Amino acid sequence: MSVITAGARDSSVVTWRNLMNVRRQPDLLLGATVQPIMFVLLFAFVFGGSIGDNPDAYREFLMGGIFAQTVAFNSAYTTLGMAADLEKGVIDRFRSLPMSRGAVLFGRTTADLAVSALGLLVMSICGLLVGWRIRGSFLDAVLAYAILLLFSFAMSWVGAFVGMASGNVQVAQSAGFIWMFPLTFVSSAFVSANAMPGPLKVIANWNPVTAVADAVRDLFGNPRPGILQATSDSWPAQHSVLWSIVSCLAILAIFAPIAVAKYRKVASK
Amino acid sequence: MPPSASQVAVHAEALVKTYGSTRALDGVDLEIRSGTVLGLLGPNGAGKTTTVRILTTLLKPDSGRAFVAGHDVLADPAAVRRSIGLSGQYAAVDENLTGYENLYMVGRLYGMSRSDSGARARALLDRFRLKDAAERPAKTYSGGMRRRLDLAGALVAEPTVVVLDEPTTGLDPRGRLDTWEVIGELVADGATVLLTTQYLEEADQLADNILVIDHGKVIAGGTPDQLKNGVGGERIEVVVGEAGEVEKARQILFSLGSGEPTVDDHQRRVSVKVDTGPKALVEALRRLDQEGISILDVALHRPTLDDVFLSLTGHAAEEAVEPEPKGRKSKKGAS
Repeated sequence: MSVITAGARDSSVVTWRNLMNVRRQPDLLLGATVQPIMFVLLFAFVFGGSIGDNPDAYREFLMGGIFAQTVAFNSAYTTLGMAADLEKGVIDRFRSLPMSRGAVLFGRTTADLAVSALGLLVMSICGLLVGWRIRGSFLDAVLAYAILLLFSFAMSWVGAFVGMASGNVQVAQSAGFIWMFPLTFVSSAFVSANAMPGPLKVIANWNPVTAVADAVRDLFGNPRPGILQATSDSWPAQHSVLWSIVSCLAILAIFAPIAVAKYRKVASK
Repeated sequence: MPPSASQVAVHAEALVKTYGSTRALDGVDLEIRSGTVLGLLGPNGAGKTTTVRILTTLLKPDSGRAFVAGHDVLADPAAVRRSIGLSGQYAAVDENLTGYENLYMVGRLYGMSRSDSGARARALLDRFRLKDAAERPAKTYSGGMRRRLDLAGALVAEPTVVVLDEPTTGLDPRGRLDTWEVIGELVADGATVLLTTQYLEEADQLADNILVIDHGKVIAGGTPDQLKNGVGGERIEVVVGEAGEVEKARQILFSLGSGEPTVDDHQRRVSVKVDTGPKALVEALRRLDQEGISILDVALHRPTLDDVFLSLTGHAAEEAVEPEPKGRKSKKGAS
């Protein structure tokens, strides 16, 4: 059997195993579904009245940011999953089997992508309830969801690396989540990057979360309330769709190889 | 070159592995003949698991070389993985998958077809007495059942060499007996097994050859009998009825034995090495009786692996308290 088909078969076996885990233990889905709902409601109704002059418009603006944030958090679930497998000795067993080296990671990130897709569905419904609409074309909407899933997948590989570096679930609990907050808040997910002080503004402009949030707002045709207009003339702000795709691919190009390299050497305990 | 794979299943030379300034392995050699069981015995941190990890390609040694089923672990790890089955220290079963699904998955990952994987999973569940639990998620299994499932996982691809890393650590006595039985069957079927353990009794029961390892070095090797004979002599062991009698019993045994008696005040147990076996025992009983010492238990036995371990390392094996002394005692009496 060729290396590719063997790798695909091994990956699909591991994906199946991970999805069976989700099916048998549905509380694993809580984080992926309840958290985004919570964020939609919190931002929409707690901050909604204070940010900008039009709460309805802010809620619609908000959805792109919450989409981007939620798929970014997918990386934390991958981190936890890898750390748990490592801690239980499952990774040792996999590594002692004659299976392809990337299959455990590919199977994990693929399964987490499926969970992430479910989260997007739940969130979209929740968004529709608070007044968000898809106002763009069908193809633009498809592209928006594709970008979100690509970003989710890319972040999942970062999470896989972090999970193996953490070594156990306890460390992974913090290591997986802590960097999510600056990553998702130093962006245009909830506010305008323009209001941030100099260096932070540069980071926010180039942050893939900003690109993804802006890209899906554009593609879904969600208007920005006056105060949150993207007046930035930075290159990424002008090319959010392109930059979101390029940055996702760059994340994958960096983290997929180092995650696989880490997997080859990783030791439980 | 290593000897041919048909006779020697595992061959390792001068394995060294350091972590910072700690030499986890400091030049370990080992050899396992096909169809035999090698027990790798040593306290926690002795280097057992590091050895296993190197032989199963999970870890690269700093120096030295090793061949498993004729394949070089460094040059051709993929071939080694195809030839081995590993059951680790903790049962690496997926709790949310059923017993059947766990084994089916392993079969698929060895590259077996769907139907072969399924058939093999069924056969192993049967053999490991898990048939009734086959369709239940593994989280409902007892500790012993999980271990059996994990062992079954190591056998899915009918590997040339089976590596069992502390297969009974953390099991209750019932689970341990259960697991021994399964390993015993495996051995009877002619498998080549590398077994690490900190339980001396386990090595004694299951292994053809034993390698004692401490601080990353092999400090003794041979069959259980050879090791015991190496310590030499038999021991008289007496348990007296009252705490006040321990010292007197110690004096009597000291005068009969060759060497200082060991005393366990808590259990009121005194034991000493003797050269004249039964004669010394008769004499000891006569004199203990003369002194009016109440005797709860008395035995003459050959050295146990505990004694071997003590004399080799100067310290008892980690788990001196288990398995229960009582079970061990009756076995000693029989040997």
